[in-house]
Amino acid sequence: MSAAAAQPAGIERGFGRRLAAMPSAPPLLIAERVSKRFGALTVLDSVSLRLEPGSVHALLGENGAGKSTLVKCIMGFYHADGGRVLVGSAAVSIKNPKDAQVHGIGMVYQHFTLVENMTVAENLVLSRAQVPAFIDWKKEHAMLDSFMARMPFSISPTRLVRQLAAGEKQKLEILKQLYLGSQIVILDEPTSVLTPDEADSVLGMVRDMAHRGELSVLMITHKFREVTRFCDEVTVLRKGRFAGSGKVSALTTAQMAEMMVGAEPPSASAAREATTATAVVLSVARLEADDDLGLPVLDGVSFEVRAGEIVGIAGVSGNGQDQLVEVLAGQRRLRSGSVAVAGEPYGATRREIREQGVRLLPEAPLRNACVPNMSVAENIGFRNFDVSPFTLWRWLVRHGSLRRHADVAIDEFRIKTPSADERIGNLSGGNVQRAVLARELTGQVRLLIVANPCFGLDFAAVAEIRTRIMGARNAGAAVLLVSADLDEVFALADRILVMSEGAIVHEAPAARADLQEIGRHMAGRG
Amino acid sequence: MSDVLGAWGVPLAVCAGAIRVSTPFIFVSLGECITERSGRVNLGLEGTLVMGAMVGYGTSYLSGSPWLGVLGAGLVGVLLGAVHGFLCGRPRVNDVAVGIGLMLFGSGLAFFLGKPLIQPTAPRLPAIPFGFWSHTSQVEDALRVNVLFILGVLLAPAVSFALRRTRWGLIVRTVGESAEAARAMGYDVNRVRTLATMAGGFLAGVGGSFLSLFYPGSWNEGLSSGQGLMAVALVIFARWSPVRCLYASLLFGGASALGPALQAVGVSKGYYLFNAAPYALTLLIMILSSSATRVSADQPAELTVAR
Repeated sequence: MSAAAAQPAGIERGFGRRLAAMPSAPPLLIAERVSKRFGALTVLDSVSLRLEPGSVHALLGENGAGKSTLVKCIMGFYHADGGRVLVGSAAVSIKNPKDAQVHGIGMVYQHFTLVENMTVAENLVLSRAQVPAFIDWKKEHAMLDSFMARMPFSISPTRLVRQLAAGEKQKLEILKQLYLGSQIVILDEPTSVLTPDEADSVLGMVRDMAHRGELSVLMITHKFREVTRFCDEVTVLRKGRFAGSGKVSALTTAQMAEMMVGAEPPSASAAREATTATAVVLSVARLEADDDLGLPVLDGVSFEVRAGEIVGIAGVSGNGQDQLVEVLAGQRRLRSGSVAVAGEPYGATRREIREQGVRLLPEAPLRNACVPNMSVAENIGFRNFDVSPFTLWRWLVRHGSLRRHADVAIDEFRIKTPSADERIGNLSGGNVQRAVLARELTGQVRLLIVANPCFGLDFAAVAEIRTRIMGARNAGAAVLLVSADLDEVFALADRILVMSEGAIVHEAPAARADLQEIGRHMAGRG
Repeated sequence: MSDVLGAWGVPLAVCAGAIRVSTPFIFVSLGECITERSGRVNLGLEGTLVMGAMVGYGTSYLSGSPWLGVLGAGLVGVLLGAVHGFLCGRPRVNDVAVGIGLMLFGSGLAFFLGKPLIQPTAPRLPAIPFGFWSHTSQVEDALRVNVLFILGVLLAPAVSFALRRTRWGLIVRTVGESAEAARAMGYDVNRVRTLATMAGGFLAGVGGSFLSLFYPGSWNEGLSSGQGLMAVALVIFARWSPVRCLYASLLFGGASALGPALQAVGVSKGYYLFNAAPYALTLLIMILSSSATRVSADQPAELTVAR
């Protein structure tokens, strides 16, 4: 198979070619000095990238480094302010994702763009550029079956997408691009919702197809493990600029990390102090609850968290972790089972929360733990604005003392905000997280419940927030950490529980936990 | 003659009522079904219904053709749907609020423009006498079936087919289930929803013309008794399925005919109570079919109430 037989693949031709099973080599893709400004802010400053035919290319960078902006410029979601994109050897004008499809470039988004309430077949047929006015499902199903038969894995076209597991959905997204005849596939953090095994299976398949010369892959990621195992080349961005590139085989992880964050290495988390975990603080027994569709989602969850330990709950997202946190936060009714804090029954009423010292840091705190239109001071005061010393004659709120309290918190937690009166919705993600931590960690903390605390934050904020969580543990709080990020669970937890299909399926002390074994349990195979 | 049937007159009258009264329900609920499957709620269909009744009557009176009246009613529905779609496409506009506004606007405008139409008599829509074989006048009356009813009955499976088997149907459903996915496929979400609202408006307008051109068959301000609003509730009860919309409409039509039918056989006690049957049924069904803790899986995920 000769490489770089570049041809402008029309979408219908591409589609026909796939069906005829005659793969030709994907074209070379070059992004040349691409720049993008939003108002006064330059998010992408003259960045170049070269995707060789039949290779897997990693695009590395921290949050906000411009990875997504670059691929969105290539896909035509954004119009670059400078630079150009070449497919084959000719400069092309891509004004929208449909143009990109015509040039054989397809993208798999971080969040699935599948329609949950439709079947696999409906999703695939619908994604085509030309959908017939009347759809002959018999014929389409026959064509889909023969398409699936040639793919490295297949998914039954008659299944509803909402019944698929996360890994199957991700594979379906990639299948969709192949079905459309895309030869250059861009993957945006493709493994963020997959188990390690699922991730290996998806990426291994993609790599093998690339090495057979059927595909070129550009993959946005921040996981070094995936870069070193599955990618041929890497381009690193930092703060909107090109920070380096090269063959993966010629680079070490440390070199790539340095490109990502610059000279300063990420600061280490707080030290784990020896504590004597004795008294049980949180005990959850045979908890059962339903999801929004009324289907059972927690199926007899039982565990305990002791004072001075962090219990990490690992698992692929969507296995009941969200609902578990919601039950503990008082946002979801439990069907049966019991929750107790320090031996007392706990129903998450405001009085119980206050008396028992229960604190909660949910994921996406701006949405789940803040009122975006209220000020930083008001948001910091949510736990105690209704008790002395913040009240006057029990019914009036003293704004002055709330503000002074907030100013102290802003200093102590280094929240970057113009003032305590700023709307909290205007703060950056890291600062919202710090403000919520300031609220939750002030005062007597007996139990801290944390869900995905570092999602979407940069290295510095991650280190700081993990330090605070470790600090609360060292001070004797019982900490329940629910996280989809296995590295985070390993970094923080004293004890690791694995949740799968609404139940705790595995438990191991963090010091003796084995990544492979944890991964197997996450996948639901004990 | 009425004694020939005796108590059998009640179920017969209920069936006849189901056929007669359900027609506007069928059209409005099918229209709302299309709109809601695209992820938008149009509460303004009550206004569209009344407007359609007025325009249908007026057009029929002026042109002498009731079918032109039906078409005119549909077109005014398209217009109101376009207004709804346009307003909802603006940023920060809530479709429920716009719908309530249009409901009041449509009714008010129809009453204002329809004042001169209260007196004159317009040509009415024809009916097909399926009861020709019977010598009982009640049976003959009951089986005098309007053409619009037949169209409505055929329309339900047609809409169902279109949602499943045509490109347009798949696009409407995609937009209603996931705006994000639709955008990624390059569809203009707002445009699809506006067109779906216009299609729904057309059907609601046609439903309105039935009121003024067949049953009760004249134009006055008390013509609609909330059928447009109840049809919205019907769609939820029918869990967004066009064919179930048809069954639900028939059920509601039958319930509406219960009061008059009982009165006809001499049960006059509780007449007004029986007249309230469809409304009580609406409430009862909403209570039975809803849940405080779960969301229906059939509900289009983009619907305002679902988010």
